[in-house]
Amino acid sequence: MIKSKAKPLEEIKEMLKGYKRVLNTGCGGCASVCLAGGMKEVDGLNTKLSVSFKGDGVRFKVDGFTVERQCEMEFLAELDQMVEHYDAILSMACGAGVQFLAERYPDKPVFPAVNTAFIGVNRDLGWYEERCKSCGDCVLGITGGICPVAMCAKGLFNGPCGGPQDGHCEVDKDIPCAWVNIYERLKAQGRLNNIYKLYTAREWEDQIQGRIVLEAYKSRYVEDVK
Amino acid sequence: MKSGSNLEKILAEGKFAVTGELGPPRGANAGTIKDKAQHLKGMVDSVNITDNQTAVVRMSSMAASTLLVKEGMEPNYQMVCRDRNRIAMQSDILGAYALGIRNMLCLSGDHQLFGDHPKSRKVFDIDSIQLVSMVKKMRDEGKFLNGEEIADPPRMFIGAAANPFGEPYEFRVHRLAKKIEAGADFIQTQCIYNMERFREWIKQANDMGLTEKVYILAGVTPMKALGMARYMQKNVPGMDVPDWVIKRLQGVEKKKQAGEGIAICCEQIEEFREMKGVAGVHLMAIEWEHRVPEIVEKAGLLPRPTV
Repeated sequence: MIKSKAKPLEEIKEMLKGYKRVLNTGCGGCASVCLAGGMKEVDGLNTKLSVSFKGDGVRFKVDGFTVERQCEMEFLAELDQMVEHYDAILSMACGAGVQFLAERYPDKPVFPAVNTAFIGVNRDLGWYEERCKSCGDCVLGITGGICPVAMCAKGLFNGPCGGPQDGHCEVDKDIPCAWVNIYERLKAQGRLNNIYKLYTAREWEDQIQGRIVLEAYKSRYVEDVK
Repeated sequence: MKSGSNLEKILAEGKFAVTGELGPPRGANAGTIKDKAQHLKGMVDSVNITDNQTAVVRMSSMAASTLLVKEGMEPNYQMVCRDRNRIAMQSDILGAYALGIRNMLCLSGDHQLFGDHPKSRKVFDIDSIQLVSMVKKMRDEGKFLNGEEIADPPRMFIGAAANPFGEPYEFRVHRLAKKIEAGADFIQTQCIYNMERFREWIKQANDMGLTEKVYILAGVTPMKALGMARYMQKNVPGMDVPDWVIKRLQGVEKKKQAGEGIAICCEQIEEFREMKGVAGVHLMAIEWEHRVPEIVEKAGLLPRPTV
């Protein structure tokens, strides 16, 4: 899922400067799962903002509402009746959610309350790790289920650079070397031939805004499809 | 001849090659290159010009290489994958050749987090092995990476790096094999201190027939002082400095440590000259260019052959 992280309170306050009534919108999807922007986090942030602005002697009112998912218009529709009562909207969803929200309410300033970090996994409660760069051309079948694009600091395709130490990336001792792991896994599976072969320069697919329209739905969205 | 460079000719004639290294300055003064180059003139067959090494901004390696050409010396133009995409790389390769550069060393590059602009955006559009194969395609097929014809193809002598001490050790010789398959003509290794492991690696390369397909230049860096040895042992990724090196430097008084470092280096070179599969040495006297004449003299590598 998408993992995100709260922005510093001061940065959020700076964005909200001058707005008296703000609607803080949570997201019940990924943001909620990674404890960055669900109902609980909306309440927590609102309390912090209220207390902080009050301490500054600034008149400020913030309310919260969490929708099922901000990346779906039908869930955003729940906000339609509320939005008019506020000068600005704060969103605790990922960057996709923030943009969809801004698209639905083009007259309202919409501000992000979190930084979208990566597509990752829950290693444990409150511990997330990146796994995917959504590069659009998956090589996991060759690399033993370990992604060199997301997990290698240099995104190498033909084996490790000269730097791994004790199985760790030369850049950060807390990060395992993707290629040491790829090697070990393929070796254990008897599939080392996969990486003895040259992997030629790839054609990067993530060049422009991604868009997928499923074949079965094409006729619904594209006029000239027969 | 693939490129007709001095380095290629010396290696092709089976002579023991010596390459040096010169780091461009953190400034725009051409004189700095000239001054450093004087120490290397006649001492080495080709001089590696590093490309923003350790991800620290320096004068461009192509510009510095060109300045070396003007000095009548032969550069080995280093190019890393960190800062350029395939468009910029191919463009630079055309330009470099037009400016008289004939050797290239293709590298991934130190990660930007080590450097002076740690939050810069990395590129790594292609990796070092893919770069080798691209330079070969440009030379041998006269085509760009996309398959289109090049009007006047650049004919580079293609180098790549190898680190026999990197993990996983068993994979290292296979990575060498991949670089050769991609088109590397010569290999310059990481600085060698752990001779035992290097002997093992070169034996594997010999056994796999790799040393018949590529010229391997063993990398050496003389220790200037005990502090440097300790630093390299602990802090430089991919560097394997065994304790015996530290002990030898500890065994002499401080002002004799540099001499001891050079002595160790010369002993290594002596062994490399006799080692099957080693075609030369790559002498990386980091910010110590002025000691190169002394080192090559002591190692018995002078005079350099003219071909």
